[in-house]
Amino acid sequence: MPRKTSRRHTRYLIVGNSAGGIGAVEAIRQVDADGTTTIVSDEPYPAYSRPEISEYLAGLTTVERMLFRPPDFYEKNRIEAILGVAATRLDLRKRRLEFEDGRTVTWEKLLLATGGRPTAPRIPGAAREGIFTFTTLADADRIRAALRPDSRAVVIGAGLIGLSLTHALVRLGVPVAMVELLDRPLASALDQQAAAVVERALREAGVELVFGQTVAQVLGRPEDDRRVGGVRLQDGRQLPCEILAIAIGVTPRTELAAEAGLRVSRGIVVDRHMATTHANVYACGDAAEAFDFVHGVERVTPIWPNAYMGGRVAGLNMAGRETAYSGGTGMNALTYFGLAIVSAGLQEPSDGPGFEVLTCSDGDSTYRKVVLRDGRVAGLTFVGDIERSGIVFGLMRDGTDVSTFKEALVAPDFGLTMLPEGWRRERLAPLATEAA
Amino acid sequence: MTLSSAARPNGARPAIRRIYPLEDLCMGCGLCEVHCLVEHSRTRDVIKAYLRERPAPLARLRVERQDHLFLPVQCRHCPEPLCVYSCLTGALSRDPTTGEVHVDETRCIGCWTCILACPYGAIGRDLQRGIIAKCDLCPDRSLPACVAACPNEAILYVEEAV
Repeated sequence: MPRKTSRRHTRYLIVGNSAGGIGAVEAIRQVDADGTTTIVSDEPYPAYSRPEISEYLAGLTTVERMLFRPPDFYEKNRIEAILGVAATRLDLRKRRLEFEDGRTVTWEKLLLATGGRPTAPRIPGAAREGIFTFTTLADADRIRAALRPDSRAVVIGAGLIGLSLTHALVRLGVPVAMVELLDRPLASALDQQAAAVVERALREAGVELVFGQTVAQVLGRPEDDRRVGGVRLQDGRQLPCEILAIAIGVTPRTELAAEAGLRVSRGIVVDRHMATTHANVYACGDAAEAFDFVHGVERVTPIWPNAYMGGRVAGLNMAGRETAYSGGTGMNALTYFGLAIVSAGLQEPSDGPGFEVLTCSDGDSTYRKVVLRDGRVAGLTFVGDIERSGIVFGLMRDGTDVSTFKEALVAPDFGLTMLPEGWRRERLAPLATEAA
Repeated sequence: MTLSSAARPNGARPAIRRIYPLEDLCMGCGLCEVHCLVEHSRTRDVIKAYLRERPAPLARLRVERQDHLFLPVQCRHCPEPLCVYSCLTGALSRDPTTGEVHVDETRCIGCWTCILACPYGAIGRDLQRGIIAKCDLCPDRSLPACVAACPNEAILYVEEAV
């Protein structure tokens, strides 16, 4: 790449052009219409909906339709976008970011929204061609380019990423085997009963499921050992495949932050204002450890809505409007394979004192579960009928004491009319009360 | 989106349109749901909308009925819209001028993340079209259909200064 000596100064510098970065620039523009704002990413596209790469791989959408904001977003908001160039070094003293092509940008306020990268286990034989991850558009393009009419796939990991990839592959007619170390799919997001619903849907879609196993070795092809031909599991079983995908999670991208001397634990450490340990430097999203209101600690919850909301809080603070992050927690809505499942917070609580689990099941089609801790919602799982789940999640987010109406939370006809009248008076009709 | 002069007599000051449900007045008749559905149908004909149209149009609000308590529930168009902040695709947005929260139906993929995010349970699923269904405050009308149709004035319409 040719060296460039371009130097630029910006009031707000955002590293990362996805949910967190966009959340930040939209918040900045709400407060400061003019402050120079620059957003940078090593990906070459405008911000796109990362969760849609499954639809994209399946051939059901296009990059244009996946854009997270309208095409004129950057221009309209006067945001300078430096895309397709990797940032390589952060100099906190000089407030300067250096890029691989030699250019530099100095800042007054910096946000690190660098996201995560696929966790890469060390597997013998994994230097072969035909091994993929699945978190970016480029990943989807690579998989698509590698697919042949008779391709078979092994997906390591039955979490969210593995499931989204498997869903795309199944729709493309590719036979898939999923290999998962734990005893069920989506173990970090779902309880056993909801996971069983997912497992059944996967089997009905023709997916081969291997639990309690991991890949011990990647095998080559008889005719070409440099290319993936299959895997050998720990128990010695062999699964043939031409496409091997590693989907065991994401690891925060913290190199820039750590090398610059910011405090990094698993993710970049931030306070309730999304501020790092260095003045005027903020972090959010999959790269950061932000407050989790269920666990009561700072931890990485790598999901899109939390990235956006953390970025929004960072942006407000950067622009001078002091705002505290009320916290996020793991929350997901799953629609793969025609399912409708939502979950949030604790799924399988310990049997310790203070915990209570309420469930209501209507055959296999619907299932509701709410986990209480000291009379407050700490987790929820809804399968099938999900439309009122947000009310329960709201009570969880607000830390509302639900002891007096807890049974209603899992009732089939649950709704706002089952909440205390005071809640409705306060939240639904503040002006109406005066008008009445 | 423009408001009719009837809805905004002085014309000049921007206002945020809001509707508030009044549970003390709601009788649970469900006429708001009927008129909402027809307003959001292609034919805008009650018979055709209910019996013939495919995909079948949906009401964008629901009436909750619990013993003797009735409550029409629709999108609050929140100033801090958690649905917008949670939207995975950018389909949901809040208009900074009108304060209204709208869905771009061409961008919605029916992931239902907004449904989990909405503390009012005010977002529905259109399973035929695979997208969400929510209140749009009836952009073609000076008064939202539910408000106009309520025989007991249980849905209050106000325009609040921005």
